[in-house]
Amino acid sequence: MREATRQIHLAAHFPGVNNTTVWSDPAGGSHIEFSSFVHLAQTAERAKFDFFFLAEGLRLREQGGQIYDLDVVGRPDTFTVLSALAAVTEHLGLAGTINSTFNEPYEVARQFATLDHLSGGRAAWNVVTSWDAFTGENFRRAGFLAQEDRYRRANQFMLTTWELFDSWRGDEIEAEAGSGVFLTDPEAGAFAHRDDQFDIHGRFNVPRGPQGRPVIFQAGDSEEGREFAAATADAIFTRHSGYSGGKAFYADIKARLAKYGRRPDQLVVLPAATFVLGDTDAEAEEMSKHVRAQQVSGATAIKLLEQVWNRDLSDYDPDGPLPDVEPAVGEATIAPGRASVRMNKDPLGTARQWREMAEAKGLTIRQLMIETSARQSFVGSAATMAEKMERFVHDEVCDGFILVPHITPGGLDRFADEVVPLLQERGAFRTEYNGATLREHLGLGPLPVPTRS
Amino acid sequence: MNTDTPLHLAVALDGAGWHPAAWREASARPADLLDPAYWVELVTTAEAGRLDFVTLEDSLALQSSRNNTHDSRTDLVRGRLDAVMVAARVAPLTGHIGLIPSVTVTHTEPFHTSKAIATLDYVSLGRAGVRVQVSGRPQEAAHFGRRQWEGGGAEEMAAELFSEAADYVEVIRRLWDSWEDDAEIRDVASGRFVDREKLHYIEFRGRWFNVKGPSITPRPPQGQPVVTALAHSSLPYLFGAEQADIVLVTPTDPAGAAAIIREVRGYQHQAGRPDSEVVIMADLVVFLGATQEEAEDRKASLDAMFGHPYRSDAAIFTGTAPALAELMSEWNAAGVQGFRLRPAGLPLDLEFIVSELVPELQRRSLFRTAYRSGTLRDRMGWPRPSNRYTVGAPAKQETA
Repeated sequence: MREATRQIHLAAHFPGVNNTTVWSDPAGGSHIEFSSFVHLAQTAERAKFDFFFLAEGLRLREQGGQIYDLDVVGRPDTFTVLSALAAVTEHLGLAGTINSTFNEPYEVARQFATLDHLSGGRAAWNVVTSWDAFTGENFRRAGFLAQEDRYRRANQFMLTTWELFDSWRGDEIEAEAGSGVFLTDPEAGAFAHRDDQFDIHGRFNVPRGPQGRPVIFQAGDSEEGREFAAATADAIFTRHSGYSGGKAFYADIKARLAKYGRRPDQLVVLPAATFVLGDTDAEAEEMSKHVRAQQVSGATAIKLLEQVWNRDLSDYDPDGPLPDVEPAVGEATIAPGRASVRMNKDPLGTARQWREMAEAKGLTIRQLMIETSARQSFVGSAATMAEKMERFVHDEVCDGFILVPHITPGGLDRFADEVVPLLQERGAFRTEYNGATLREHLGLGPLPVPTRS
Repeated sequence: MNTDTPLHLAVALDGAGWHPAAWREASARPADLLDPAYWVELVTTAEAGRLDFVTLEDSLALQSSRNNTHDSRTDLVRGRLDAVMVAARVAPLTGHIGLIPSVTVTHTEPFHTSKAIATLDYVSLGRAGVRVQVSGRPQEAAHFGRRQWEGGGAEEMAAELFSEAADYVEVIRRLWDSWEDDAEIRDVASGRFVDREKLHYIEFRGRWFNVKGPSITPRPPQGQPVVTALAHSSLPYLFGAEQADIVLVTPTDPAGAAAIIREVRGYQHQAGRPDSEVVIMADLVVFLGATQEEAEDRKASLDAMFGHPYRSDAAIFTGTAPALAELMSEWNAAGVQGFRLRPAGLPLDLEFIVSELVPELQRRSLFRTAYRSGTLRDRMGWPRPSNRYTVGAPAKQETA
């Protein structure tokens, strides 16, 4: 008997505030007008994608003490855009990043419960946490968290919202005019939560949404983050988009599920994936080089180098050799609040490696930055791309992809028109939406209905 | 076609209507209160009446018949949706009407509210506002677990709440201006997406919060979305006169209305704001009927279901649409520039407003017969404001 083809999950990521997004391309449109969001979301829905994804940032990025001006700058509010998109889409999941550090559980829970009602069960929450005082300068809760406390707080924040979601079972509203019974339970929404982060009690005021709670995404990659995801997430938004790295990550994370009494299909693994689609593989290769050159201008190359060197390199020529000076070790101050800078634990080692590479290949600063910046995840013709994507999912590298176009808002158009039909022909991707909710699109079973103790 | 008329007209949407028993009327749709289609239909109906705007009520606590604690009643509407998000859900499906959700400023972040309302302005193409409200209710504080009101009288607490609200509005307004209109330059030659000289730190430092800025969201289409406040006494009058664009007041007769307006205008002038900058509208709860008797029967029947006569902070009108138009005309002559009607029952009173009150007001040449294209600010009679951070902005130019 032939094994059923593993089904691919696909999502559309609104182009981000980073140098992946090529705003300078003549096709590049607005990053803030609502029409751009409508275009990408409706393209994704036309192609039967699982969901639309919108990231968040809570402070304009800075480098060297100045607002970073080389990438797209400016974003809308996540909840407001997703609510508006619910009006112009019918099936598409609506996922957004919301920070657990600069919010309160009661407010975030009512916003996600509201989004779930307004979209008929299509809400998803990418739970992120940050602890930097830089972002905190925009908020009441300006104090920052020690790194070791952030997962604990994020975990407690999220579990607190779950208590709020579960404070309504979903059957309390009778609204029977004749008898005058609106509510069957006089204590609907009652909750009390106390831990070392949150001490709140009262009545939650948004009745249970169609999904019970939003689909939960996490992106943590550390040991602690993986455990947290295995215990609580419905989906993982991972950076591991390559074949071997992805396969190892996939096996690791799925193996952690059993100890929490969960099945492998209860956690969907989705890497972010960039792509360059051409008429032929050769054409796509050429386009890919062009896009990478667009993504790393001379000015951007210097800024990327500064993030490793942790010092001002504005006097260096991007078309010249690497700096002689060593990176400034210690606290990363050049680009506050930026995760990629924090993650780089060994700038001296990176600098040594890069010098060797530049010398061996005769690369300038800009050429080196293009060489070391991430190559697109998928480059090729539609046929090549469809074949490779299906193979990745078949081989358990991942369960699908969160596609990140580099052009706003039309960067997904060709993929929708050319690659999706091939995936459908292969029987690897839906031709119609079968379910109503995002949980159903993702193959996640329904949540158990909470019981009142 | 008459697009420029003296009266502004709005409806305040809340659940099944403002009367606690409204959900039991035959025309009510109590099972649909969490269904987006219900809200889309209400706002579309209001738009068919050419209304200036709708407001959407909200609260950070479950509805309660008691002011300072939860109740355990099961015979009244319980549960609601976030008002800003409902407004956003309705925005793409409407084209003219202003959308003014309520936001509690006491426990929320001004940074989040500023970008949410700016984004509502983007998704509605310039029709956003916000009705700011304070909350001294202990059950809301307990939902956030951070602030407990320690002693002091009601007056002292109110002073604190409105002082914080003033800071909050100052912050959201500065954030809306923190991007100049032409900050996004997309200069391919230099590789710069924005001109960072046109992005501004707001550097707000106050007693309740410090906010650095700039906003993450560019300046919204209206520049400054419409800030609205409901006020019942001197302290909120002062707050509204200093901070709001629309002040909603609750007089009971034309003489009372004139006195309130004098007081608000006085504070406004002290703050250096000309009359034209603030529109003063009166709130009215309305029970409408085809005849006086029908309207009174409706109210009596609702009161009977509720158990006692409905009371409100605003004046209550019970009667026909022509009688209401007459009352509005009298109040308008006393200086009231518009009305925010609170329908006792939805959708019934809203349908009366649109199909009977509006034509009556139009006959009296008090109300527009068509929308003119433009933003909510345009409709309220205000220019797009200059930006406080733009050097040499028209409003700040002075002749030597």
